[in-house]
Amino acid sequence: MSELLRFATAGSVDDGKSTLIGRLLYDSKSIFEDQLEAVERTSRQRGDQYTNLALLTDGLRAEREQGITIDVAYRYFATPRRKFIIADTPGHIQYTRNMVTGASTADLALILIDARKGIVEQSRRHAFLSSLLRVPHLVLCVNKMDLVDYDQETYESIRREFGAFAAKLDIHDLTFIPMSALNGDNVVNRSPNMAWYEGTSLLHHLEEVHIASDRNLIDPRFPVQYVIRPQMADGSDYRGYAGTVAGGSFRPGDEVMVLPSGFSSTITAIDTMDGPVAQAHSPMAVTIRLADEIDISRGDMICRPHNHPTVSQDVTAMICWLDDRSRLNAGAKYVIKQTTRTARALVRELHYRLDINTLHRHEDAADLALNEIGRVTLRTTTPLFFDDYRRNRSTGSFILIDEHTNATVAGGMILGAP
Amino acid sequence: MTSTDYSLSYLEALEAESIEIFREVAAEFEHPVLLFSGGKDSVVMVRVAQKAFWPAPIPFPVMHVDTGHNFPEVLEYRDARVAELGVELVVASVQEAIDRGRVREEHPLASRNRLQTVALLDAIEANGFDAVFGGARRDEEKARAKERVFSFRDEFGQWDPKNQRPELWRIYNGRIARGEHIRVFPLSNWTELDIWSYLAREQVPLPSIYFAHRRQVVRREGMLMGLGEFLPAQDGEEILEMSVRYRTVGDMTCTAAVESTAADYAQVIEEVSVSRITERGATRADDKFSEAAMEDRKKEGYF
Repeated sequence: MSELLRFATAGSVDDGKSTLIGRLLYDSKSIFEDQLEAVERTSRQRGDQYTNLALLTDGLRAEREQGITIDVAYRYFATPRRKFIIADTPGHIQYTRNMVTGASTADLALILIDARKGIVEQSRRHAFLSSLLRVPHLVLCVNKMDLVDYDQETYESIRREFGAFAAKLDIHDLTFIPMSALNGDNVVNRSPNMAWYEGTSLLHHLEEVHIASDRNLIDPRFPVQYVIRPQMADGSDYRGYAGTVAGGSFRPGDEVMVLPSGFSSTITAIDTMDGPVAQAHSPMAVTIRLADEIDISRGDMICRPHNHPTVSQDVTAMICWLDDRSRLNAGAKYVIKQTTRTARALVRELHYRLDINTLHRHEDAADLALNEIGRVTLRTTTPLFFDDYRRNRSTGSFILIDEHTNATVAGGMILGAP
Repeated sequence: MTSTDYSLSYLEALEAESIEIFREVAAEFEHPVLLFSGGKDSVVMVRVAQKAFWPAPIPFPVMHVDTGHNFPEVLEYRDARVAELGVELVVASVQEAIDRGRVREEHPLASRNRLQTVALLDAIEANGFDAVFGGARRDEEKARAKERVFSFRDEFGQWDPKNQRPELWRIYNGRIARGEHIRVFPLSNWTELDIWSYLAREQVPLPSIYFAHRRQVVRREGMLMGLGEFLPAQDGEEILEMSVRYRTVGDMTCTAAVESTAADYAQVIEEVSVSRITERGATRADDKFSEAAMEDRKKEGYF
């Protein structure tokens, strides 16, 4: 059974990220002839000396005109082992917003480094954002090895330097791969040019990295998304709670507790149109039926009596500001969406702004501007049901929406109740 | 699935993601509508929507933007499927838009593809739809690769690619002001092969033209165009009778066939797996105008 792996790529402008993606797509036969022809045509028109695979991913006219990537682009390829979704995020400093967006759903982040330049500020920033967003696996691709004569010492020194930096971050699985995306060294196949490298090729790593246990399979969480109450032909009463499992697993017969009421009941069935299931776990979309008639609506949470999320109107979180037209400051009010709950939130306190290059905490910060990250405490109009983001990315995340412009202005990762 | 198996196949994962999106929209919007053309993507949409609300019926109407240049097989299929599902069908008619003088047709046999935008936007406004489900996929085209699942449209129905709302985790922002709407694309992360694999797995029927059949065609600009009422042969064109199937289904005047003998799902999947040309590149005259053809049409409000 082939699985789905979502990964985000990040890199600077010239580190060969687009070439690498182009190669993964090309070597897995996911680029079609007409797409390649269009790229070749545009390359010629622009006067490029070679077929510029970067043009495959630059989708919008402004991007092609300026030769930059503005937005997250999603790419797809498959091997017999897995289907892959790439969130390709631009590397410029002003696009932290896009990196955060791409990383939020990624199982794995791929950071590119130019072997000639070594670790640059952006590499550190991308590694930090991957750890902040809790991307479970990080792969550092030391690219352009052909331009340093496939020198092992160059690779080892980058590896040592990055390893020392990564030790300060919360990164659990870090893999280094020396490669040349242009020549295909260690991309799909192991390269004969780097016999000293004992690891696997990038594609092999992407196919084999163990992701099944990255999900939270321990703490049962079921945010009720939609209540299904049809008029049944036989006049019986059907009441099902539809949603996507956000953590742990549920089975018929389980004793459950419903928040915010705190009432307990027992699961009688877990329904899908294809028939009832014996067990539901993340990220299955199912419909749960309970033995007792209790008042449950969208935004409620089904959990277990002895394993439930934190219930609180006060939330401390790291947030990334995503809006270029406004700034976050203490005292401001927003709409907050967290799981299937929507409330209003007041920014009680901005504790500090984090410099994502030095990791220094600026405790005198008065506000957060576009692409800035800081720690805040919020007070919400109704209690939220949440877990620490480090324990559960679904129940630990939220977005803030400007009530007047309706723009999504921030993404937040919950640390806990203050 | 055994009780200790926590894995999910990629098709199950894609289906679950799409179901979640359908439910989110049904919960948060007043008047959603699902665009249903009888094309294979919209057939998958309807299937997933059924699953999202089962055992209740789909809680919103479906809408067909009718160019008047339809394949008769597809119209028949549309009506049969709508009757079977028991959903309301709204028809946004391009012919009506022409008759009312809302749009002008350059030539009675020209493609009406671009004229659809006006009929679609008029219907959205007249019916007060605030969320419009479309079957577009990100693998289809470069501009679509950068579009959100919840894609905001202003009061003119326009898409502004440089001013899209960031979309983090699976938390969707569907907040809009009066007159604005959201285009919702639940199949964003599916590929053409995923669509076929899913249809095969679910054994959902499709309009017959998706499978190999004999048809009179002409070669025009490198594409095989099926002849019919709206597409007569031009002087000097040789009429061929070939075994063909369609990879996409749109307006008869701009949708080309491919030579094929694939008569069932398994054979189509085999062909799609080894195909070296995208479905739009192979068969859609409408996308060939320029590299930015789709981006331009999307900005105007096209689906």
